[in-house]
Amino acid sequence: MADQHAIGSRRGLKPALPLLLPAYLWLTVAIFLPLSAMVFFSFMTDLPLAGREWAFTLDNYAAFFSQSLYLTLLLASLRLGLEVTLWCVVIGYPAAYVLAKVLKGRSREAIFLLVILPFWSNGLVRIFSWAMVLREGGILDTALNAVLPFKINIDLMYSYPAVIIGLVHSYVPYMVLTCYLTLQAIDDSLIEAGRSLGASRRQVLWRVIIPLSMPGLIAGAALIFVPVVGSFMEPRILGGRTGTFYGTVIEDQFVAVFNWPLGAALSFILLAVVLVILAVASPMLKRAA
Amino acid sequence: MRMPRLTAFLTATAVFASAFTLAANAGEVHVLNWKGYGADEPWAIAAFEKATGNKVVNDFFNSEQEMLTKLRTNPGLYDVVMINAAFNDQAMAGKLIQPIDVSKLANYADISKDKAGSPMLNHDGKVYGVPWVWGLTALAINEKSFPKPPTSIAEMWDPAHKGRVIIRDDAVEAVQFGAIASGQNINDIKDMEAVKAKLTSLMPQIKTFWSSENDWNQMVASNQIDIGTYWSGSADRAKTHFKLPVSLVIPQEGAVAWLDAFSIPAGSKNVEGAEAFINYMIDPKFYVEWVTKVGAPVSANTKAVEALPEDAFNRKVMGDPEVAKRIQFQAPVTDEQREKYLALWQELKVNVK
Repeated sequence: MADQHAIGSRRGLKPALPLLLPAYLWLTVAIFLPLSAMVFFSFMTDLPLAGREWAFTLDNYAAFFSQSLYLTLLLASLRLGLEVTLWCVVIGYPAAYVLAKVLKGRSREAIFLLVILPFWSNGLVRIFSWAMVLREGGILDTALNAVLPFKINIDLMYSYPAVIIGLVHSYVPYMVLTCYLTLQAIDDSLIEAGRSLGASRRQVLWRVIIPLSMPGLIAGAALIFVPVVGSFMEPRILGGRTGTFYGTVIEDQFVAVFNWPLGAALSFILLAVVLVILAVASPMLKRAA
Repeated sequence: MRMPRLTAFLTATAVFASAFTLAANAGEVHVLNWKGYGADEPWAIAAFEKATGNKVVNDFFNSEQEMLTKLRTNPGLYDVVMINAAFNDQAMAGKLIQPIDVSKLANYADISKDKAGSPMLNHDGKVYGVPWVWGLTALAINEKSFPKPPTSIAEMWDPAHKGRVIIRDDAVEAVQFGAIASGQNINDIKDMEAVKAKLTSLMPQIKTFWSSENDWNQMVASNQIDIGTYWSGSADRAKTHFKLPVSLVIPQEGAVAWLDAFSIPAGSKNVEGAEAFINYMIDPKFYVEWVTKVGAPVSANTKAVEALPEDAFNRKVMGDPEVAKRIQFQAPVTDEQREKYLALWQELKVNVK
């Protein structure tokens, strides 16, 4: 009896260590070490391969500021991130609400499965299927023209809207899942109380439901915004000649010209900008929540 | 008891591993080349393995820079590497490749003299690259969109093809293409502004950029493009192998020519096997089969080209002295130029929005 009590009350770090160790070891090996190597690369003139000359330099970071190109691209990518996040809220939030508050039992499970389903397929496959749908003479074009009495020409492929569509499709499940979790946790009696005290449906939505589900919205927005700003695969495949973004330029530095130092420097500038945005936004968002 | 057993186990593993590596190195030829570019054809590998007893192991790269990086980071792994002649200098200067004893290559004597003697492949009287095939970066058209093939590069700027033009997402290729369109020497571009102006006015015409043969062929298969820059060997493959309505156009203004050559990396563990493989790659028998079954660029081996039918594209058109006058062979591009070209190309791509 006394022994059990002792175990239960021990709250030091020591006993927790064996439990934490695997996760932290993994983080160190898989994330921290490669990332530190990248920080190191970003200050070098060249990769130290096969005895190539190299030295420390700040030129890679200076390159970002010396050419307006990178700033223009970064702003375009941030705008892309905001637009995609906005569309994910517009599409994902109502879906999460219906899942959490309207549907029950079997039908909820079925719809939930449909939301998760895209996650089971490879991202590249999803993007290539969009390519088949969006292009001129593609599935969307053919289907609409078969139904509509007048002739329309839909060729969204290789355009900015195509990039948005592809990215929103890839990321909307995050928004549905995070919002679903917070919406489900809202006690129905709070909503009923609001209604019985004379609030309209709209007032209940704005004064009760949205504020209470704000943590989910914020978590979803952060989960979507950060990867979208650095995305390169979707813009490259769906964007065509308008598909040059900050992420694709970083990819070019790594893959096409093998200038890893510049690629690494550009990545860390992006990381810094995203962290600043999140830091500036967090008090505002906290207040809202 | 526990520790010794573990040590014994580790030692045993190490011994086994080294035994396997030794065995593996004995008769293996490790080849580094573009994917789908001759050296990895299953029928060719089977024939070579049967004839020499060497086993071929293929590895691939997606850009010349990647090829150089693979050579630098894996010394001793590769026995044969395919290098664009314009990059041979850089590989030699980095001590990545070794001189080749061409007396061991029976087919070397049949290689056309101007290719074999190229200053890009010979340094200090030693041969660092065996010319394999050459080809063009020219235009290719979707036959469905043209009643008769165009002759001028200006066709790319024709408003009739707005949104149906494609070019490769590659800075050097784009800039050299702009040089030809503005009537300049691709290896000595004097008026960069003219190149920029040409490319800027081309941007609104473009549907998308291609990066692999597959991209190009799919765009034609779904009838989304009319015309674009393409490699001569790829256009041949698209027509022969994939039965697509593609034909190559060598514009009157000229085209960029490149020469691909085989080298032996420094530290190769199977130089003999490498020599046998290179000799097989420049053999007329292999070449004719490659052209007939798959489609290929033009062989540097004169006997191999002569073995083709009289009216074959690679013999009739590419061998035409009139064509030879128009084309410009690509010289090495310095890192400095490459970065300048990339900056220009990125600027063009960003401003298109």
